[in-house]
Amino acid sequence: MQCCAFVLQLYYQVLNFGMIVSSALMIWKGLMVVTGSESPIVVVLSGSMEPAFHRGDLLFLTNRVEDPIRVGEIVVFRIEGREIPIVHRVLKIHEKENGDIKFLTKGDNNAVDDRGLYKQGQHWLEKKDVVGRARGFVPYIGIVTILMNDYPKFKYAVLFMLGLFVLVHRE
Amino acid sequence: MNTVLSRANSLFAFSLSVMAALTFGCFVTTAFKDRRVPVDIHVSRVMLKNVDDFTGPRERSDLGFVTFDLSADILAFFDWNVKQLFIYLSAEYTTRSNALNQVVLWDKIVLRGESTKLNLRDMKSKYFFFDDGNGLRANKNITLTLSWNVVPNAGILPLVAGSGHVSLPFPDMYESTKSY
Repeated sequence: MQCCAFVLQLYYQVLNFGMIVSSALMIWKGLMVVTGSESPIVVVLSGSMEPAFHRGDLLFLTNRVEDPIRVGEIVVFRIEGREIPIVHRVLKIHEKENGDIKFLTKGDNNAVDDRGLYKQGQHWLEKKDVVGRARGFVPYIGIVTILMNDYPKFKYAVLFMLGLFVLVHRE
Repeated sequence: MNTVLSRANSLFAFSLSVMAALTFGCFVTTAFKDRRVPVDIHVSRVMLKNVDDFTGPRERSDLGFVTFDLSADILAFFDWNVKQLFIYLSAEYTTRSNALNQVVLWDKIVLRGESTKLNLRDMKSKYFFFDDGNGLRANKNITLTLSWNVVPNAGILPLVAGSGHVSLPFPDMYESTKSY
């Protein structure tokens, strides 16, 4: 009987763990739908928007089609072929009647606009490069993500401790 | 509650909840504020050139030079949840090739604690006012607006447009200065 009770307990723990993971995933996917952005929450990775945003700040993004891109907005975009999203401000827009828009960005803390960052020969960004517009902000919280990226050993240690804790904890 | 570890754990969890509640409070109490401030913009000089756009696509484009005066009192903006204001002067206009064009001419960061009275005279634009093409010449209506991006300590990042804006036509000829 002891053996059965133990197996049931373990089964319950694993199911519990699975529930937590799938709930988290559902919330994330739900956020993606509501905001229209493929990455509704991003961590600021560089200091190019200081003093507004510092490394480790968290940004909440939306990317709704009905919200047109206008100057002054803070956009998070990816340059074609590169993975890392960049958080900068829109400096210039030229929009055609049919809605096609091309725009230029610049980081607040940079002296020049971003044309040096774009692809070779690319002078403008387009809607397809945009991950989202920054609508909300919470400071410091994203530091954990940056620590985990810069020090992989830290990431493995955290994951290991979490796993251990969930499996061993009997409540 | 009788080991150091469990006490530290409860303390940590409690302080996290308090900080989260405070942050949420900061956000909620300032989220629905009406942030509009009267602004006085005056343009003193406008000049137009037609050169190769050296900032990017190397096509011959119209390059505008605007000299302006600006005054506003933005003290009303700052509350407990404002970290800084990003102020920018933008020009908006329509051309034959583009239905909407917006160009930021000048911007400034005002941190919490800095002087909140803006009184600028004879300012030159900070960024090159290049059009995408030749649409500035003889353009009847270029509107200059002062806008703000409020960066909070935590919460929503609103963009507010000032209530004063100025519309002006650009000269018909290149290399000629129009004074107002």
